[in-house]
Amino acid sequence: MAVTREEMLDSYRRPSFWQTLTAVDWLWAVLVLSGSGYVFMRYGAVMDVYEISIMAGVTAALAGTGWLWKPVRTLSVCVATLTLFALWRYGGTLANQETDFFLKYMLASQSAIMWMSALYVMATVAYFGALFARSEFTGKVATAMTWSATTMGIVGLLVRWRESYLISPDVGHVPVSNLYEVFVLFSIITALIYLFYEGRYRTRELGGFVLLVISSAVAFLLWYAFTRNAAEIQPLVPALQSYWMKIHVPANFIGYGSFALAAMIGVAFLLTGKFAFFAQRMPSQDLLEDVMYKSIALGFAFFTLATILGALWAAEAWGGYWSWDPKETWALIVWLNYAAWLHMRLTRGWNGAPMAWWAVIGLFVTLFAFLGVNMFLSGLHSYGEL
Amino acid sequence: MTTDAVNKKRPQKTGGVLLEFFGSMNLAITLLVTVGIASIVGTVLKQNEPYQNYISKFGPFWFEVFNSLGLYDVYSAVWFLLILTILVLSTSTCIYRNAPLMLHDMRSYRLGVRFNSLNAFHCRREWRLQASSDALVGRLMPVLEAFGYRVRSKGYEDHLVVAAKKGAINRLGYIFTHSAIVIICIGGLVDGNLLLKWKAFSGDIKIETRDIPASQVPQESRLPVGNPSFRGSVNIPEGSSANIAFLNLRDGYLVQPLPFSVDVQDFRVEHYSSGPPESFESDLLIHDPQAAAPVEATIAVNHPLIYKGYAIYQASFSDGGSKLDLRLWPLLGSDAVPEDVNGAVFEDIDFETSMGPLTLELINFRLFNINPVMQEGTGKKFRNFGPNFSFKLRNELGEAIEYENYMLPVDMEGRQYFLSGVRRTPAEPFQYLYIPVDPDGGIERFMQFNTRLHDLERIMATARGTAGQSVSPTQIGNETFVDELTESMARLVTLFTAKGFDGVVEQVDASAPEAERASVLDAYLKVLQTMLASLYTELLADNGVDLSQGISERDGNFFDDAINAIGAVGNYGAPFYIQLKSFEHIQSTGLQIARAPGKTLVYLGFTLLIAGVFCMFYVSASRLWCWIDEDDGQTRILIGGTGMRHKRDFGKEFARLEGVLDEQFRKF
Ligand code: HEM
Repeated sequence: MAVTREEMLDSYRRPSFWQTLTAVDWLWAVLVLSGSGYVFMRYGAVMDVYEISIMAGVTAALAGTGWLWKPVRTLSVCVATLTLFALWRYGGTLANQETDFFLKYMLASQSAIMWMSALYVMATVAYFGALFARSEFTGKVATAMTWSATTMGIVGLLVRWRESYLISPDVGHVPVSNLYEVFVLFSIITALIYLFYEGRYRTRELGGFVLLVISSAVAFLLWYAFTRNAAEIQPLVPALQSYWMKIHVPANFIGYGSFALAAMIGVAFLLTGKFAFFAQRMPSQDLLEDVMYKSIALGFAFFTLATILGALWAAEAWGGYWSWDPKETWALIVWLNYAAWLHMRLTRGWNGAPMAWWAVIGLFVTLFAFLGVNMFLSGLHSYGEL
Repeated sequence: MTTDAVNKKRPQKTGGVLLEFFGSMNLAITLLVTVGIASIVGTVLKQNEPYQNYISKFGPFWFEVFNSLGLYDVYSAVWFLLILTILVLSTSTCIYRNAPLMLHDMRSYRLGVRFNSLNAFHCRREWRLQASSDALVGRLMPVLEAFGYRVRSKGYEDHLVVAAKKGAINRLGYIFTHSAIVIICIGGLVDGNLLLKWKAFSGDIKIETRDIPASQVPQESRLPVGNPSFRGSVNIPEGSSANIAFLNLRDGYLVQPLPFSVDVQDFRVEHYSSGPPESFESDLLIHDPQAAAPVEATIAVNHPLIYKGYAIYQASFSDGGSKLDLRLWPLLGSDAVPEDVNGAVFEDIDFETSMGPLTLELINFRLFNINPVMQEGTGKKFRNFGPNFSFKLRNELGEAIEYENYMLPVDMEGRQYFLSGVRRTPAEPFQYLYIPVDPDGGIERFMQFNTRLHDLERIMATARGTAGQSVSPTQIGNETFVDELTESMARLVTLFTAKGFDGVVEQVDASAPEAERASVLDAYLKVLQTMLASLYTELLADNGVDLSQGISERDGNFFDDAINAIGAVGNYGAPFYIQLKSFEHIQSTGLQIARAPGKTLVYLGFTLLIAGVFCMFYVSASRLWCWIDEDDGQTRILIGGTGMRHKRDFGKEFARLEGVLDEQFRKF
């Protein structure tokens, strides 16, 4: 035999992850590292050990995500450029947001978030347009709009972070502390998870459905901002002044975002099963089920993490890791619901319409945990009351 | 013999049935859903409120029904704990039954696979080649290994099996997550203090429901010092100390003595420049008889102190008995002088008043009152109204009215008032009395004016003067007419001070025929206005106000405001207005003290849960088998496989494998 065993192994072994990294990948890592190194040099002195570890974690996660999912790099570079530009225009004076052209119309956090809102709504329309007209081009436009909206949303949050410090250093905080901010976060995260699956499965047909949820979130956001003046940056109540918040909230929203995505795929699945119109246009039901499962699995994993982080935080802030506070209890209910869903699928092999319906119902349970609790029930989770 | 056999078999059988029941997936899913639904009850119905609130909400009948269902503390209700216990049992059974299989399965290559089961796989491929099976295996094994599989082979009489697997720790995921559930629930049950609840339930411990000092709580409502797990709270005023905590249970509490005492040196609330609180902090000294020196610590929200396994948290704050210097301004009499009284929050003071004996119960003092004020355009804004104190006035019958008086004038649309809130039940919002501030910034002018309006002689004199002027020429000298007029004018003023404008309207409604009411009322109000104005002008003149230019706008506004306030005094319900002259602020910090030995267990469970969930979802387990035998003089090789949680992705991998093997086998 001409081929030795070793040669053969080499030719067919899937190259190890590290071997697949190209020069560009390494360049990316260096870029991320130097970015966070710069931040550390500037602000390291005022960061405590938890904040430093969170930053290290974020750095690693960003570098890693960029390796696994390339578009994240372009996104990050755009976000970084726009944010730095905005910070430069601010130059330490909050009042510039009224006078500076770029800030006023584009990059001040509220303007950026308005752009985000508009772009998400337009993307929703474009995705449905693409679906109905079977237009590849419109689909591409929709994708581009979703990416742009996401960019603007992230820029909006980052700039808002800076703005909170410009108001006064003691007011400054990460923008994940009230309902307005987390709605932006929710939109961004749901869009990102969707975009990931869009790339992975090379399908744009689901876009309209997913963006529908995001558009609803945006509608709520705008209503909330205009009627309740919610966009105003408020200082943190003592209970929220904790590094746990910085990881608990985003982890939660990866969960919520994934569940929302799964529910909308559930809707797509049900429509596909019912109407030939959709059946002709949508991806196979097989694929839909697969994405739905993956999305719920992702959501479940992060929701578990988030709930545990919440328990650890509660132990530190309120003196008990579990107090049966309405928000906690509803998190448990959401969690149990999806645990039951996963059991049904994995151990009983349930699939098809019932699971899709269940995923849709799951969204309402999730929605109640996310919003309903704040609106209708009182408890220790006092942030973002309506 | 037969009975023996039955007896022998029975236990096994019941065990088997139990195992079957508890280990069933249907039960598991039913339980998951049941816990979910039961939990909802506890979020919809507010838990652990005073029982009185439930009674007034549901009425006595439903109150009892809900009470016996344990709905006021669902999460400690027997039935709820029972469901949780069954869930733990069920999950444990599930682990007991599945874990050994899974562990075995992780290690096993399942070399005894059958041809038919291979053929049933969705992903399968058959080749027929002219090659020895050894040569095939020689090609096959390295490829499988290159794909990340661990491979074993075994020869049988007529065939050869090559079995491959990867991602076996996915199985550990199952064991981790499910053990985690069991561990977390056990830890939670330990900290949930089942034993204590059981004792309270069975009557070994008596829940104290009376509001009495801790030192008088009887022994049967006290827990042992070393109690391993509890969560209690205690309020300690600045400068005081405590060595107990209260555990709230159902409609009462238990006393938990501590092995040390907590001495509160200071309590602070810091505020942001825009008003809302920024931090709550307490400086504590822990006096432990076993420690050489007291331990000093500052705790804050999110920053508890852990001392010997006892965690001490900043939970709340309240007044700690602030000392208040009060001035009582009589509202109803004509000759009353203000009376000064010293009191402290939580103190009761008895008075003899024109309304009979009254008890003044001082209930709270608040240094900052950040209240929302609506502003045009910008929506809600917050403003600090300054210190206030609240109190109740209780009469002989035990009926009480609650008040809330602000110390400093509050600016409302450019005018200043002393605010005093009144409400008859805690469910109502406060109704405010707006007492205008006089030009000297005090309350004196208002009180003088009010006193004069209660001074019948003075009113009569003024009325006579006014009546004299308004009598028409034909009636001059008609003494009875002037007397009557004077009297009715004075009555109008008395009516007004007793019942306000509403009283006047009522009077008109009762006495005048319907058609004339509007004009009569109009006339009455004019007279009243004239009377009040005269009395006011007299007061101004007596106070040396220069009236040569007429009444200034400011004094005019004061008059309007004073009239509005005096009109409301009749409904105020108190014989005096209590002004806060000065205070000494003493706060009390609300601490939560907990001991949770189950926490370690719970955190271990958390770790396992996270590890398990990620193993289960993100380690993909797959298996492949190759069946190699002779058929029709050719070597036949059938490869089949499955990815357990990721059929799609496995399908792709299988296709890639097929391609590679095609290339390998082509050389034969
Ligand atoms: C009460 C009894 C329970 C039983 C009998 C049970 C049984 C099972 C079984 C047989 C599996 C499939 C394992 C496999 O084939 O790999 C499974 C998976 C799983 N179970 Fe349970 N389970 C129980 C309780 C729970 C509970 C309380 C939870 C947490 C909420 C839970 C969470 C999960 C999850 C997340 C999976 C993942 C599915 C997978 O990826 O395999 N289980 N369970």
